[in-house]
Amino acid sequence: MLEVQDIEAGYGPVRVLHGLSLEARAGEVLCLLGRNGAGKTTTLKAIMGLLPLTAGRILLDGTEISALPAHRIARQGVGYVPQGRRLFSELTVAENIEIGLMAGGKDAGTRDRVLDMFPRLRERLAQRAGTLSGGEQQMLATARALAVEPRLLLLDEPTEGLQPSMIDLIRETVVTLRAKGVAIVLVEQRIDAVLALADRVTFIENGNSRETVTPSELKSDRALIHKYVGV
Amino acid sequence: MEFGPHLVLAILEGAVGAAVLALTALGLSLVFGVMRVVNVAHGEFFMLGAVMAWFVAAAIGGHPAVGFIAALVIAPLVAGVIAMAADWLVLKRVNYDPEATIVATIGLLYIMQQSALMLYGPEARPVEAPFNSRIALPWVEWGEAGLQLYYPWGFGTTSYKLFVIVAAVVLLLAFWAFLSRTRFGLVMRATQLDRETALAFGIPVETVYALVFGLGAALAALAAVLIVPIQQAHYLMGGDPLLLSFIVVIIGGLGSIRGTIVAALLIGMSDGVISVFFSPTLAKILATLLVALVLVFRPQGLYGKTAT
Ligand SMILES: Nc1ncnc2c1ncn2[C@@H]1O[C@H](COP(=O)(O)OP(=O)(O)OP(=O)(O)O)[C@@H](O)[C@H]1O
Ligand SMILES: [Mg+2]
Repeated sequence: MLEVQDIEAGYGPVRVLHGLSLEARAGEVLCLLGRNGAGKTTTLKAIMGLLPLTAGRILLDGTEISALPAHRIARQGVGYVPQGRRLFSELTVAENIEIGLMAGGKDAGTRDRVLDMFPRLRERLAQRAGTLSGGEQQMLATARALAVEPRLLLLDEPTEGLQPSMIDLIRETVVTLRAKGVAIVLVEQRIDAVLALADRVTFIENGNSRETVTPSELKSDRALIHKYVGV
Repeated sequence: MEFGPHLVLAILEGAVGAAVLALTALGLSLVFGVMRVVNVAHGEFFMLGAVMAWFVAAAIGGHPAVGFIAALVIAPLVAGVIAMAADWLVLKRVNYDPEATIVATIGLLYIMQQSALMLYGPEARPVEAPFNSRIALPWVEWGEAGLQLYYPWGFGTTSYKLFVIVAAVVLLLAFWAFLSRTRFGLVMRATQLDRETALAFGIPVETVYALVFGLGAALAALAAVLIVPIQQAHYLMGGDPLLLSFIVVIIGGLGSIRGTIVAALLIGMSDGVISVFFSPTLAKILATLLVALVLVFRPQGLYGKTAT
């Protein structure tokens, strides 16, 4: 599904990623693990085309999406839940979802399906996104990405700062999407969540991808976690 | 019967100024809000609108209304296309860097001004109003003989001035509907709020920028077409609208549409009233002083948001 091949990217003159590679498969959850500042968010931004690549390429089902302008990547079926949610805070819930629908070229049918997954949002369609509670904002950020009807979903620390019931809801959503065959790349700091959800885990260190392992390997070899995450 | 009627007259003059200023400043505010570009050449797009109105009216001839209506369509279009070309040729190349775009638009200002001087000349030329009947205003006052009606009392306004006020209100409402009810309006607002996330959700930000820059210039040109039957077209006429638009945008709050409208009413009205009773220079001095006060005591402007 998604193949990231030896990419180098950064911000202006600062290079952050030095030849990073990873692969996400349909119907699988790939977790990215690494310390703060390792380059996880930068990797997702590079996949979305938000940062210019100085080397390497990114393929989605064989199409070289890294050759497309950034605004055409969502339409390829890529949904993005950015770190810190990045909602259009002055826009209403309905308008935020509308942006997602427009990005994917989807219609009211998609809108209904997305709102069925998050009934709390349906009650608040006219509310400004910036006035939602933290959990509701995360629902909206997820709903906005799902409105694209993605075949690849990128989630950057979606459970940051949420209470357990909300974390469960996000987790259930991920499980549902995986069952539908969506490829999911999840950046997550909490090891228990990673172990419960991941099909594979890729470690990221200093802008490089290191080992890729399965959760069972991870459980049996805690040293990996110690080495790359430091806990 | 002295002060009252004159005040009414001054308010009417002020309302005409405020109406045109609101449209002009809206263009500047829109460009700054969405693109974070301070367009120093904004006044020149205003000038371009007025000069284009003269060219169109002169080329078409016949009844003044025909030329005027043609100018209402053509002048904003030409200004918009030139602005989009400037965006593509210059602003995009400097990556919309805040400082570089200031320098670039200063250059644009001089290019446009000198081009106008070469092609249009140094004269101030009038454009005939499509209609311009005098309207005498009634005045009612409590005098020695009870309630007295003065009609006509010597002063009045013209039907065209009233038309300018109404037209500006209609255009502002239409713009508001466009911004809040259409897809392109939604896309513009999203781009303004978070450029990067907009890009991640399929919004072609560069195209939006070009269109916004064109739209901003078109608004200034439209305002100029409305005012040119009252003011005459001249190649240096862009200075005042630029200064007043900056004042309005700073007082209203950078990038806030509502603040821009409210501040345009405030500044336009007081500019008109103070100009009638005292002098236009005093009006500008007071407006600039108000900007200084706003910057000291409420830097985010009336309706601006503090940076988060
Ligand atoms: N806009 C930027 N400009 C310059 N450098 C940046 C920018 N954003 C991130 N960086 C740098 O890039 C490196 C990687 O950052 P990134 O956000 O990808 O880390 P991360 O793995 O997502 O960390 P975290 O777990 O804290 O979210 C860091 O050193 C950071 O300082
Ligand atoms: Mg991050």
